[in-house]
Amino acid sequence: MKAKVYVTLKKGVLDPQGKAIHHSAELMGFSQLADIRQGKYFEISFNNGIGESEAREAAESIGRDVLANPVIEDFMVEISA
Amino acid sequence: MGTGPGRIGNKEMKFGVIVFPGSNCDHDAYHVVSKYVGQPVDFIWHKETNLSSFDAVIVPGGFSYGDYLRAGALARFSPVMRSLKDFAAEGKFVMGICNGFQILCEAGLLPGALRRNAGLHFICKHVNLRVETTNSPFTSAIEPGSVLSLPIAHAEGNFTCDDETYSTLEENGQIVFRYSDEHGNVVDSVNPNGSRGNIAGITNLDRNVLGMMPHPERACDELLGSSDGRDIFRSLTQAIEAQIV
Repeated sequence: MKAKVYVTLKKGVLDPQGKAIHHSAELMGFSQLADIRQGKYFEISFNNGIGESEAREAAESIGRDVLANPVIEDFMVEISA
Repeated sequence: MGTGPGRIGNKEMKFGVIVFPGSNCDHDAYHVVSKYVGQPVDFIWHKETNLSSFDAVIVPGGFSYGDYLRAGALARFSPVMRSLKDFAAEGKFVMGICNGFQILCEAGLLPGALRRNAGLHFICKHVNLRVETTNSPFTSAIEPGSVLSLPIAHAEGNFTCDDETYSTLEENGQIVFRYSDEHGNVVDSVNPNGSRGNIAGITNLDRNVLGMMPHPERACDELLGSSDGRDIFRSLTQAIEAQIV
């Protein structure tokens, strides 16, 4: 069982790194970009034998308490076999 | 370690400086307490859990856990942090400087979060700070409206919080320092990192926990360009003295 956790900045939180990346992409010649936001991606692998709901619960808990800072970030969990 | 120009305070008190893997301003803080405050001070390894002998604990600057994930995010899980929460809940004094401020926010001891500087650069320079309140144990010995010159050295000092938190901070007088010009004008042009409301330092609601991005421990000797940091340590020393029976 695997969990993918995506951490993204909350709407409205300024993202200076995303802005700098946006600028670089424009320099590549892409003039049609409205915005680029930077986030984080984590892969959690579980030991054999864990059920889907247990894996989801664990990943959500890790996401909430470690991977994301609730003041500025949201997170999303995807579970796969 | 010399004793410097003599002890501040008539009573003996004990300071602690927490050391995480990656702390690098711990020795500066230790030096200032022992030389300029002239009071006993011990390092506290982050695996320590007994803080009962201390009157005040400094969470120093640096790069705890290499700033992995987010600055201060992993230090929150060190064993000493649970004890530090209890220590703060007892009304004892906690002072987080730079990375220490980031850790205290991540640990929920202070509201808000410190994000990447708006200009993305690591900034290392002296800044001016307007003292917003003298109604705090960390500023009580400072003239109201004073402007302090202290150095900053950070890449993640951009104080961020939601509207509700910001109003609460303002209403309760929890904002202690704002970036200003040398005359105390708080304007955008002197905001080094994009911090909301030019915030450089805040306390918790009970005012016994301070977090600040500038480094008072690097400004306690004129040889280093400013000794304004001593005013903060003098205030804290007086507050501890008032607490010791």
